[in-house]
Amino acid sequence: MSQLWDFSGGIHPPENKRQSTAGPIRPAALPERLVLPLQQHIGVPAEPLVHVGDRVLKGQKIADVTGGLGVPVHAPTSGIVEQIALRPVPHPSGMEDWCIVLKPDGEDQWLPLEPVRDYKKLERDQVLELIREAGVSGMGGAGFPTNVKLRPPRDRKVQTLILNGAECEPYITADDMTMRERADEVIAGLKVMSWILRPERCVIGIEDNKPEAIQAMGKAIKGTQIELAVIPTKYPSGGEKQLIQILTGMEVPSGGIPADIGVMCQNVGTAVAVSRAVFEGKPLISRIVTMTGEGVSDPGNFEALLGTPVQSLLTQAGFDADRTNRLVSGGPMMGFTLNSLEVPITKTSNCVIAASERELPTPAPEQPCIRCGQCADACPMELLPQQLFWYSKAGEFDKAEHLNLFDCIECGACSYVCPSSIPLVQYYRHAKGEIRVQRAEQLKADRARERFEARQARLEREQEEKELRRKERAKAAAEAQARKKAEAEQAEADGTATDERAAKAALVEQALARKKAKAEQGPATDSDSQPAPEPPRPDLEALEKQLTQARSKLETMQGMLEEAKAQQADNVDKLERAVAKNHDRVKRAEEALTEARQLLANATESQSTE
Amino acid sequence: MAFVQQSSPHARNARPTSRVMLWVIIAALPGLIAQTIFFGWGNLINVIWCIAVALASEAIILKLRKKPVRFFLKDNTAAVTGLLLGLSLPQFAPWWVSAIAVISAIVIAKQLYGGLGSNPFNPAMVGYALVLISFPVAMTTNWAEPTLLWQGAPGLGETLSSIASGHQTAVDGWTMATPLDEYKHKIATHTADEVLSHPTFGDAVARGWEWVNGAFLAGGLLLVGLRIISWHIPAGFLAGLAVMSLAFGSNADQYAPLSLHLLAGGTMLGAFFIATDPVSAATSHQGKLIYGAGIGVLIYLIRTWGNYPDAVAFSVLLMNFAVPFIDHFTPPRTYGHHKARRGVPGKSQG
Repeated sequence: MSQLWDFSGGIHPPENKRQSTAGPIRPAALPERLVLPLQQHIGVPAEPLVHVGDRVLKGQKIADVTGGLGVPVHAPTSGIVEQIALRPVPHPSGMEDWCIVLKPDGEDQWLPLEPVRDYKKLERDQVLELIREAGVSGMGGAGFPTNVKLRPPRDRKVQTLILNGAECEPYITADDMTMRERADEVIAGLKVMSWILRPERCVIGIEDNKPEAIQAMGKAIKGTQIELAVIPTKYPSGGEKQLIQILTGMEVPSGGIPADIGVMCQNVGTAVAVSRAVFEGKPLISRIVTMTGEGVSDPGNFEALLGTPVQSLLTQAGFDADRTNRLVSGGPMMGFTLNSLEVPITKTSNCVIAASERELPTPAPEQPCIRCGQCADACPMELLPQQLFWYSKAGEFDKAEHLNLFDCIECGACSYVCPSSIPLVQYYRHAKGEIRVQRAEQLKADRARERFEARQARLEREQEEKELRRKERAKAAAEAQARKKAEAEQAEADGTATDERAAKAALVEQALARKKAKAEQGPATDSDSQPAPEPPRPDLEALEKQLTQARSKLETMQGMLEEAKAQQADNVDKLERAVAKNHDRVKRAEEALTEARQLLANATESQSTE
Repeated sequence: MAFVQQSSPHARNARPTSRVMLWVIIAALPGLIAQTIFFGWGNLINVIWCIAVALASEAIILKLRKKPVRFFLKDNTAAVTGLLLGLSLPQFAPWWVSAIAVISAIVIAKQLYGGLGSNPFNPAMVGYALVLISFPVAMTTNWAEPTLLWQGAPGLGETLSSIASGHQTAVDGWTMATPLDEYKHKIATHTADEVLSHPTFGDAVARGWEWVNGAFLAGGLLLVGLRIISWHIPAGFLAGLAVMSLAFGSNADQYAPLSLHLLAGGTMLGAFFIATDPVSAATSHQGKLIYGAGIGVLIYLIRTWGNYPDAVAFSVLLMNFAVPFIDHFTPPRTYGHHKARRGVPGKSQG
């Protein structure tokens, strides 16, 4: 017996599993129409590969995902594609989505199958591709493409592979019955997954309220390295995070995935699907669904083709619409209500409860929270549901997030025990939605700002470039003009060369004479020999203004620095640098001013001496 | 086909608030019975009177606040507030003192703060503290002498007329200083043995009071067993009081002994029925322990060095003030996190 750990919180709702385990799994009758949603997995929807009117064979790929995450959809039986249209699909929103509607021809004619006898002779990637081509996605709930899950990032080696047979939700017995009746297929599929992942440990977790399944699985694992862990019945032990904690004592880091701690969970149904994909070459075209609740007279598990309308299965289970108050897809803790009997069974449908008012009563009106803390005692994630509720209701989402709202797995244990009948999970969903919207808006605003700033920078750059080009052009033009002038002068000079020379000689003579005279007059600096035509007259006023400006700026910066220092703000360094810079600036301005003053003084002096 | 459309979970196992409160009332009955046996009819009359005033004032204020009266009256919380006051007030407290306590509890402390679930302070203790400060004579001189009900205690009619007369003080022979009061005021000038010879102490710890406290302890343990209250607040409360008493009051000639602290006054009623009011208490288990311990420590401080012989009301109210602070710093560590996220958003991250 392997060591087990406990998870905090949890509840013990009435199991209500007996009703649907009385008989064996029944094959469901072929319905008149099969409705196959193009998206039964997490990722991008598949695109149809067939046209209306096409005849398809059983197991033929009729839709596939070409780019992005996803798996193909196959025809569950042979027949004619009747429609590709929007149909109600099983979704909490009750929305419609694109579906391929197939009219079975009753022949149930298979596509030629290509089973693999010895998968170990294949490359691992080939087996993964096989699983993908069979359209296998997680059948426990989320529907994540199995081939992708089975290929974790290189740095996330899976040490422990867990087969989740806990099935902790009340009413649901699909996994229980699968393990009872198809233990060998489950183990075969698990072995394939284990071969792909090469974990050090492979363990099956089953709640102790399923003795038959435990026995069957125990028999099936004889002679293998696979461990069987019988865990105490407590909801939500089948939650991925909780099951990992029970079996390994480790916790999945917040915001992370099990692979981060070297663990992976797979569902019982998924194992069967993998086994069939590999050993029989059959794609995923059917699954086990529990039909139960007081609204059906003959509850049980059905092996139903994907796309079978819920109504068809309910009818086979003895549906009484008058006794049914609500129709739940999934379990009573985390399932969602259906608003149409037309919705089809998909890869992730494990249970339909036709519940009477008595068994799932309409909740009493919400009362004020008295912070009794029963929710906190029930929470398997060790959150404070009462505080999350308080902040979610008050719209203080930052505080709710601070108290780890996003770690909530929406298991419903808190609502289950709430004496004030508060739909807590609904509040959390609302808060999460609001926060996501806020984040999206923030992202949008950030992007808009970045865009604006980039544009501004670009405009400035363009302006500068334009200026530069203009200057260059002006320079070029000036040069060209100078050249022209020189040429013209040259041409002229050629004509009057002699005169010119004479004139030049005269000029030189004159200059020499002047110099002589000057030298005789008295001492003079060299510069005086050729007095500048216009002595540079520095703009004192402007310089003074510059200095006062620099000084006042320095003062403000120093003020800011002191304030920042007093408050111990983190921009002290920056401000210090800024102050030093301004200090330099002031110094430079002062220097420039004194220099200018000196220059001016010199100039007047020299003028006077002249 | 119109089926119910609802968000999960669909299954509920509500033990409704009304039933939770009913259990609180039931669990308090042994204490009330003990009070009646040892201190006469006063507490029973007070309880009935206080519950009646509580329900009436709750109904009126709900009406004024345009809230559904029946819906909220059914939750039994007003009745519990009335009950707790009836159990806490002196046996011969005049009717109007009780009424003022209850009305201020329900109207001011509870409803004006937003009604059930929104009050930051324990309503019953707000009412109690208010009348204790406003009418010190009525609140200190009206404690019944511990006499067995069938051994010459004032009869039902006599008690009723005393309460209904509205006089600040009851007949002298019927009342007696409480053990905590007696010890506090005599120990400065007497030895422990001299003090304990006063009839209010009886043969064991404190005549009558030990039984009343024992009965409230039993009722409280029932509530803990039924998981209606968690053990953290009472445990912190009693531990805080005991640790303080052992640390400072080991000398019986100076301070009241631990047994008296635990079994006299409102200790057990306070620990299991009053401090555990979830609305005004701390949230997490760790927070509840701190909250309870704070009350216990404060009770010791006020009983020993303060001006009042007992201190449940003030201690609870003072710790009510500290609740938001305690809550900020005692969240549990969430699954998948290395440590708890203490403090307020934007500061320390866990």
